Amino acid sequence: MSWTRYAAPQRFYPLAGRAIPWFAGLALLLAVVGLVIGLGVAPTDHQQGESYRIIFVHVPSAWMSMIIYLALAFWAAIGLIFNTRLASMLAVALAPTGAWMSFLALWTGALWGKPTWGTWWVWDARLTSELILLFLYIGFMSLHAAIDDERRADRAAALLALVGVVNVPIIYFSVQWWNTLHQGASISLTQAPSMATTMLAGMLVMTLAFWMYSIAVALARARVIILEREQGARWVRQLLGSA
Amino acid sequence: MTAALFAVFQRDLRIALRRRADTGSALVFFVIVAALFPLGVGPEFGLLRRMGPGVVWVAALLASMLALGRLFADDHADGTLEQMLLSPTPLALLVLAKTAAHWLASGLLLALISPLLALQFDLGGEAAGVLFLSLLLGTPLLSLIGAIGAALTVGLRGAGVLLSLLVLPLCAPVLIFGAGAVESSLAGLGVAAHFSLLGAMLLLALFLAPLAAAAALRIALE
Repeated sequence: MSWTRYAAPQRFYPLAGRAIPWFAGLALLLAVVGLVIGLGVAPTDHQQGESYRIIFVHVPSAWMSMIIYLALAFWAAIGLIFNTRLASMLAVALAPTGAWMSFLALWTGALWGKPTWGTWWVWDARLTSELILLFLYIGFMSLHAAIDDERRADRAAALLALVGVVNVPIIYFSVQWWNTLHQGASISLTQAPSMATTMLAGMLVMTLAFWMYSIAVALARARVIILEREQGARWVRQLLGSA
Repeated sequence: MTAALFAVFQRDLRIALRRRADTGSALVFFVIVAALFPLGVGPEFGLLRRMGPGVVWVAALLASMLALGRLFADDHADGTLEQMLLSPTPLALLVLAKTAAHWLASGLLLALISPLLALQFDLGGEAAGVLFLSLLLGTPLLSLIGAIGAALTVGLRGAGVLLSLLVLPLCAPVLIFGAGAVESSLAGLGVAAHFSLLGAMLLLALFLAPLAAAAALRIALE
């Protein structure tokens, strides 16, 4: 059995359907464990008090926002190079989750920033590049939505994602340099170097939970996209007719 | 091949010259946006001097977005673009020729008028010169990155707003180093680092952007 077997939407659809409960269940389980560690077991930070605990949502969502963009670009590239429909559908399915993750990272960052720095927003390099990442996600989704022909939309958005991937490091480093030029190191986002082991464990478990959640949601969205696009196909009509 | 490229370049330049109102509007937009800022934030020269480089650069960025919509739209509407796709000359080079002509009729004009705006913001002679040079290096970069966006959105409804949405985030580094050059010149620091980075990005974009824009055109017109 070759790995390309599941590149056909018809075969991928039931596979994703079987996989979703597992990923969703794992996400729930890991989130519960992570939150228990994060909110219950992890010690109070000696500088920031309890407010640091938002890190257990903030850092995983920031990581996921970047990882999902890479995954999106990967599937977009596969879709563009091999002209596979499913890869493009996966890229499209990933975009809203990625945008949501970067929004969540910015939002929790603001909630965290208020008690620790006394302000909702700082033009810090990481915040700024996260904001630009959100714009890139929005651009990807808007371009895809603006083109009526699905295949053209897939390919155009894929190209945009690839251009974005080339640009992301440039944006990140330029923003970092801009930041050091504009304001001195008045505020540092970096954590205290010695992070308690339980904090780190909670964060990693939460990251895994976010990872599983993202996969589950992206697969569920991909299933809907498959049904929507293949609605003329016989297997979809049989599936929906029997259901 | 060179003849074909030169012909496209010349043709686009001639069209730009014959449509002076179109070509000029981006320039006027640039001047107006820059003139609105003092009205918005107050006329104190200290503040304006501090804001000047950034304001002029952001205005140039927006003005070049405004001009970008025309890069491929007319050729797409009358079918010229399809002929270009069919021509034996590599599409990426044709895109480069078109972008070069487009830059001469938009970005270069923005750079040429920028010292005047620098005076309005009380930037002084040296900073005005640096502003001019930074725009001279930066606006071709904007045109090249913008060409990708223009190619992606060619023939779409609401292409103008979408184009800005796609291209503006990608232009952040250009803005940072362009305005940064003027600011470090005002602060008495060297501008070589900023210019080197702008130049490096320009070289990279000169190579990659026409390829990406050509690929986007093929997707749009297949």
